Amino acid sequence: MLIPHPLLGLRDAQEFTYLGDAALLDRPSPEGEGAEAAFCDYVFLRGNPAGVHRELWFHEQGDRSWLVVTRNTLTHEILGAELASKVAKALKGAAE
Amino acid sequence: MHFSGLRVIKEALTGHKGWKPLWRDPEPKPAYDFVIVGGGGHGLATAFYLAKTFGQAKVAVLEKGWLGSGNIGRNTTIIRSNYLLPGNEPFYEFSMKLWETLEQETNFNSMVSQRGIINLYHSDAQRDAYRRRGNAMLLAGADAQLLGPEDLRARLPYLNFDNARFPIKGGLLQARAGTARHDGVAWGYARGADMRGVDIIQNCEVTGIRIEGGAVKGVETTRGYIGAGKVGVAVAGSSSRVMQMAGMRLPIESHVLQAFVSEGLKPLIDTVITFGAGHFYISQSDKGGLVFGGDIDGYNSYAQRGNLPVVEDVAEGGMALMPMIGRARLLRSWGGIMDMSMDGSPIIDATPVDGLYLNAGWCYGGFKATPASGYAFAHLLATGRSHETATAYRLDRFARGHLIDEKGAGAQPNLH
Repeated sequence: MLIPHPLLGLRDAQEFTYLGDAALLDRPSPEGEGAEAAFCDYVFLRGNPAGVHRELWFHEQGDRSWLVVTRNTLTHEILGAELASKVAKALKGAAE
Repeated sequence: MHFSGLRVIKEALTGHKGWKPLWRDPEPKPAYDFVIVGGGGHGLATAFYLAKTFGQAKVAVLEKGWLGSGNIGRNTTIIRSNYLLPGNEPFYEFSMKLWETLEQETNFNSMVSQRGIINLYHSDAQRDAYRRRGNAMLLAGADAQLLGPEDLRARLPYLNFDNARFPIKGGLLQARAGTARHDGVAWGYARGADMRGVDIIQNCEVTGIRIEGGAVKGVETTRGYIGAGKVGVAVAGSSSRVMQMAGMRLPIESHVLQAFVSEGLKPLIDTVITFGAGHFYISQSDKGGLVFGGDIDGYNSYAQRGNLPVVEDVAEGGMALMPMIGRARLLRSWGGIMDMSMDGSPIIDATPVDGLYLNAGWCYGGFKATPASGYAFAHLLATGRSHETATAYRLDRFARGHLIDEKGAGAQPNLH
């Protein structure tokens, strides 16, 4: 698999390590009611879709950036990649 | 139709005209007491024990494709009970005991071969960890023996003992472990269940789960609606997809695991060997092929095929362990989809929906667990209570913090 790194171009997936569902960027608040249940969901439960999946890859043997890669889990086709920092900032912006 | 040596002779003398299909091909009835979703090893074993041990007659197994077309036909056929943790080891030892009497129980040759398994160790720390594991196995009634370097050299002279990076110092032997003919296991359970009245319905995909008032009523399928008193889901690899129909998210990711077989060679490896310093394990099939594999590819996948970096990694592991296989040619490779759970251990439990039960999360240890998984799931379906060896495999253990983390890797499925 080749991952289209937004800064470095096409890179072999072997250079990356994999963390999982990009929903992990959206960590729940540790305060307030229901925080424990929300964290349990966050840590343990996954959508695990068959089809398009947004997921976190770490360019460990490269520029050590985190990417959000969009990939089809049925075919391994990679549909796009963006910097996770940008996705996280957009998430934060949307929440505020 | 009972199988026996006498029967083989009789059929040979009469032109083999008396053999019949091993199971019927029934039309689905409008309703059953128990509907098992998934006609793989675990689903068929569940139906077999429901019918035989728990005396339940109105049972159906629904299979999307053909019988045994999933992971029961895609594994590396190893059976063993060399686990460490108290939540796991008694269950796998129960499974090992069921393997030992499986062929008599199903009257089917599943080619169970107790050729042993040796987990190699490469350092003092790893030896101590294996000694502890061996003691845990002995405490649970299994067998275990720690082999030193001389003993191991006598048994497996072809290993690369003096590898500069990972010298082989010894191994943990479980002599009762071994291999079984994977398809034969599915066929034996299917035939045994069919003989006891279970309807095995192939080409019947479940497309919806009907739930009314918090209780399951039946399943929508490509062959029409089928009513059910209780529904048991045993669809490893696709558990998240099926349970989504009941509105549930699971502590599971689906990952692809590859396996390989070489061309047929003369008898060479008379046991199962696992490399303790890399991702590689190997045995030899009765046809002579070297059957080996490594670790999962490491990313979510439903593709039933992997990528080349893992092929390279497995081949490197093999070459580090036993350089003699370097010139054997690879015949086939394939991939299966694993339910990788968040702690590396399975789930056999009721769900929040009344009458809906789940058997999932087998990671890459599902084959060896087939008999006990079927037995424990049948026990749960028939009695509503967990089998005594499966009480730790609860769905809510993640929320309660009672994980069974055999590898100590945390909630990171691609590390288990």
